[in-house]
Amino acid sequence: MIRLVAERFDPGAALNRFSAGRMMTGAVASFLGIARGEAGQAVALELEAYPGFTEASISAFIEAAIDRFGLQDAEVIHRVGPIPPGDPIVLVLTAAAHRREAFEACDFLMDYLKSRAPFWKKEYGPRGWRWVEPTARDLADLERWRETEQT
Amino acid sequence: MTRVLLFGRLRDIAGWRERAFDPAPDRLSALKAMIRRADAALADALDEPGVQAAVDKAVVRGDAILRPGAEVAFLPPMSGG
Repeated sequence: MIRLVAERFDPGAALNRFSAGRMMTGAVASFLGIARGEAGQAVALELEAYPGFTEASISAFIEAAIDRFGLQDAEVIHRVGPIPPGDPIVLVLTAAAHRREAFEACDFLMDYLKSRAPFWKKEYGPRGWRWVEPTARDLADLERWRETEQT
Repeated sequence: MTRVLLFGRLRDIAGWRERAFDPAPDRLSALKAMIRRADAALADALDEPGVQAAVDKAVVRGDAILRPGAEVAFLPPMSGG
């Protein structure tokens, strides 16, 4: 499941809800991304999504992760709009019978979300606001999974 | 009528986010020609490598046919979250 939210969300509540009542699950892994900024800065970054399109793309990737790692379930909550420093941006939750699959699927989903998910990001830097594109590091992180596929 | 949506830096270049084009163009190339007549800088930005077009929320390649009432979105390179 994917949820885009324009307001601050509670990662703890989401984790509790996701983990509740899972009798067949041995592991829930979570990753929480936080908006990194500078002191005194009102907005760390601004994320724009294309409603409908962005959710469909992320959903397809969640389904791919479920198949690839044999997950029982996965959920992504992603913040959109202006985001103050220190606020949660993204929460990825994965549920599996065993921890390895849960960890790896969480990592895989984050690499996709950071580099390929349909968001447009504006960051505030020394020369004011600018639109950013994926960093070489983000793309290299994504490449790790392609090499795994080939071996 | 064709609804056009712009994202990311395209929105800053155009100064708008959403606009209706009437009469509805029948192809993506016809829509781009209409845009070029109104705003050459925006039309140039739409032709830059890495800018994708989506028709009714599906990415298209080449000169897609547009149904009347179509929603066309122009998507600059996606940044990820």
